[in-house]
Amino acid sequence: MIKLIIDGVAVEVEKGTSILDAARSVNIKIPTLCHDDRLKPSGACRICGVEIEGSSELQASCTTPAREGMVVRTQSDRIRASRKQLLELIWEDHPNECLSCQKAGECELQDLCYDYGVEAEGFAPLKVRTPLEDSNPFYTFDKDKCILCGKCVRVCEELQGESAIHFVQRGHETAISHPFEKGMAYSTCVSCGNCVEVCPTAALMPKTEEKFRVWDIDKKVRTTCSYCGVGCQLDLVVKDNKVVRVDAARDGENEGMLCVKGKFGYSFLSHEDRLTTPLIREGDGFREASWDEALDLVADRMTGIYKAHGSEAFAAFASARCTNEDNYVLQKMVRGIFKTNNIDHCARL
Amino acid sequence: MDQKHSVLEMDYIRKQERIALKNCGLIDPERIEEYIRYDGYQALAKAILQLGPEGVIEEVEASGLRGRGGAGFPTGRKWRSGYLAKGNEKFIICNADEGDPGAFMDRSILEGDPHSVIEAMTIAAFAIGATKGFIYVRAEYPIAVKRLQIAIDQAHEMGFLGSDIFGSGFGFDIELRLGAGAFVCGEAKALIASIEGKRGMPTPKPPRTNDKGLWSKPTILNNVETFANIPPIIRNGAGWYAAIGSEKSKGTKVFALGGKINRTGLVEIPIGTPLREVIFDIGGGIPGGKKFKAVQTGGPSGGCIPTEHLDVKIDYESLQDIGSMMGSGGMIVMDEDNCMVDIARFFLEFSVEESCGKCTPCREGTKKMLGILEKITSGEGVMSDLDDLERLGQIIKDTSLCGLGKTAPNPVLSTLKYFRDEYEAHVKDKTCPAGVCKALLQYTITDKCIGCGICKTVCPVSCITGNKKEKHVIDPSACIRCGACQEACPVDAIIKR
Ligand SMILES: Cc1cc2nc3c(=O)[nH]c(=O)nc-3n(C[C@H](O)[C@H](O)[C@H](O)COP(=O)(O)O)c2cc1C
Ligand code: SF4
Ligand code: SF4
Ligand code: SF4
Ligand code: FES
Repeated sequence: MIKLIIDGVAVEVEKGTSILDAARSVNIKIPTLCHDDRLKPSGACRICGVEIEGSSELQASCTTPAREGMVVRTQSDRIRASRKQLLELIWEDHPNECLSCQKAGECELQDLCYDYGVEAEGFAPLKVRTPLEDSNPFYTFDKDKCILCGKCVRVCEELQGESAIHFVQRGHETAISHPFEKGMAYSTCVSCGNCVEVCPTAALMPKTEEKFRVWDIDKKVRTTCSYCGVGCQLDLVVKDNKVVRVDAARDGENEGMLCVKGKFGYSFLSHEDRLTTPLIREGDGFREASWDEALDLVADRMTGIYKAHGSEAFAAFASARCTNEDNYVLQKMVRGIFKTNNIDHCARL
Repeated sequence: MDQKHSVLEMDYIRKQERIALKNCGLIDPERIEEYIRYDGYQALAKAILQLGPEGVIEEVEASGLRGRGGAGFPTGRKWRSGYLAKGNEKFIICNADEGDPGAFMDRSILEGDPHSVIEAMTIAAFAIGATKGFIYVRAEYPIAVKRLQIAIDQAHEMGFLGSDIFGSGFGFDIELRLGAGAFVCGEAKALIASIEGKRGMPTPKPPRTNDKGLWSKPTILNNVETFANIPPIIRNGAGWYAAIGSEKSKGTKVFALGGKINRTGLVEIPIGTPLREVIFDIGGGIPGGKKFKAVQTGGPSGGCIPTEHLDVKIDYESLQDIGSMMGSGGMIVMDEDNCMVDIARFFLEFSVEESCGKCTPCREGTKKMLGILEKITSGEGVMSDLDDLERLGQIIKDTSLCGLGKTAPNPVLSTLKYFRDEYEAHVKDKTCPAGVCKALLQYTITDKCIGCGICKTVCPVSCITGNKKEKHVIDPSACIRCGACQEACPVDAIIKR
């Protein structure tokens, strides 16, 4: 264990812990723009700089490991001034569009600019606005709103394993792009949207049917993705009783990752053809029924068949779109109650 | 006194001491026999057969050699940590990316004495236990690339590379890797990323390359000139080398002298030689009887050193103390005709273009500084711009990720410190004292004018008026300051202010 002092507080952490994490362990907040616990620290934004006694320059707390006896300060005039300056430098190159931007209210850049008192006044508006890159069916890329934190590149490379996007050009021309700059749709992108999920600004945005901002959201409903049995946790973002976006849950087993279906395949939820109550066949058609009625009917019929024809009259076929738990319960029912091994699953095909 | 004798007596020769450049121009670099005839590969033999890994490291430590790639890190200490680092595989890298504009120290060694680098890398490999080496050389050096490959092949044939070198069981191999021309790829971590096939972008330290370098294995990376010093140190002993140089920095350093100086080219001097001697004795002073104004050391991100510091003894610390740096050895002399604001703008522009684009201060901040400088040189500066430059420069130095950003503001900060009056002249008086910044110049016709009208005919924008045999007048609002009239005037009646 390593002992150090942060803002006068004695902290003890494991060897290899960053100053940022050491500070967080005692509830000292250090702002970040390019950091993500799941990704290798990159040290790109430099917002998280702190003073370390004996070191003449500010050190990025996300990339500097805690060392025994270190004395760290996370707040001072010098630190504040440098953070504000860095934010101003970013802002100067950013479209002044918070009024019309769908990210406003949940934008990390906007929040930090507010915290550090960056005033929009005095900055010339961007001269030329780069057109929106919208070749991908599920998300858009707005180059001018990109702050080059690199999180999208790293999540794509380190966690998704695609490396579909990367940095191009040098110096001030540096940008996020894809091979041969032909458009996102022509890259090896699998549209998982994990880059969209980590983007701190509105550079990468999901294509949504509705216009809404964070304060228009009525609620977020935690649920399990129904597309496959992995059990990814996600939050359905609901406005006016309609799912308008899906956020990946960081605290689920999926640790904030989703695939294209979980992230973007939600519009069926509010489709007019979607069944919302059980239907019972009557003659040539169906009539709506309550869940109790439908389940009672199924239970009655199953026990009837079992009594009349025995175990071998049963077979069950489970679906990969059910969760593992549902599949488990189904086979339990088939084996335990109907006493047969006639159970199979589509994933075995 | 015969001619030859007097040449050797010249300060140009007398004040230099050739160690790294010793063989350059003397031997045929494509023939290993010639290198061997000048004691080549003796150091390797001594290292392997006599000193052993620890002995080599002790020798390099005792020599006081420091990295010539810019930062001046003690080479022996670096090698020791490479020796102590645990790993089943270790690497040696030679940094031959030499990206500073106008610098060609490393190129001369690679082209003139490639075996010295190969021998040194093999010694380093033996010392730390590495089995594989890479030379990262810029593709713009085709002759160096060709000669290095020839040298590697020849060393293989002679058994100085390959398996079981000198029958010791130690084996080592070297491969070339070509850089594609990004200045930032000279930075150790970006260079390693580039060898790994990734985009050349620096990554944070720690981890240091000594512990986790190429493919996360312990890696010792040294500059070409650093390596070139190794064989003589091993051959002649650390004591010999440590006797040359200053107290804190031993040995010699090669500089590429350029700019407004009589004798341009490479010079190798003992560290600790005063700047004045290099410029006036070795370099022969300023041409055309002009006045010395400043010398810029350390490549594009070094600082400009004024007359008052000419007696400083060149070493890593002393140059840093006066706002410049040793860097890889660029040395550009400026005279009274150079505008220091324009010079700062020129060097900063290089850094702006070569920034890798990763971190905010370097990518956005240097660009912003450049914008302010352009504003000043075009006559639109205000006094608060100078404070903004200073503040921005400090913050960029304070927060940048790698050495490029940390040093990029140096040319601006040093000129602001030593030549503030020139900045103020641009801002307050809207003049460029050196007569360089076009937007601030005014061409006027003096009473010397004989009214020949030649200027009128050469002016591309026809902004000169006047009758024959009468004094002509330039309309300053239409003048594009091309200077054609001044050149054409037969009686030098047109002046630039
Ligand atoms: C932007 C940048 C460019 C650099 N370019 C070079 C270079 O061209 N050649 C070089 O040897 N070192 C260069 N360096 C220094 C290297 O990072 C490294 O410190 C050096 O190669 C180590 O070798 P040494 O200890 O022998 O000096 C550069 C550093 C920075 C920050
Ligand atoms: S991305 Fe953030 S800072 Fe940029 S316009 Fe949108 S809300 Fe504002
Ligand atoms: S697109 Fe978003 S996540 Fe990617 S670098 Fe730009 S700001 Fe960061
Ligand atoms: S400087 Fe050029 S534009 Fe101006 S007067 Fe002379 S020739 Fe004409
Ligand atoms: S969060 Fe540390 S540099 Fe970006």
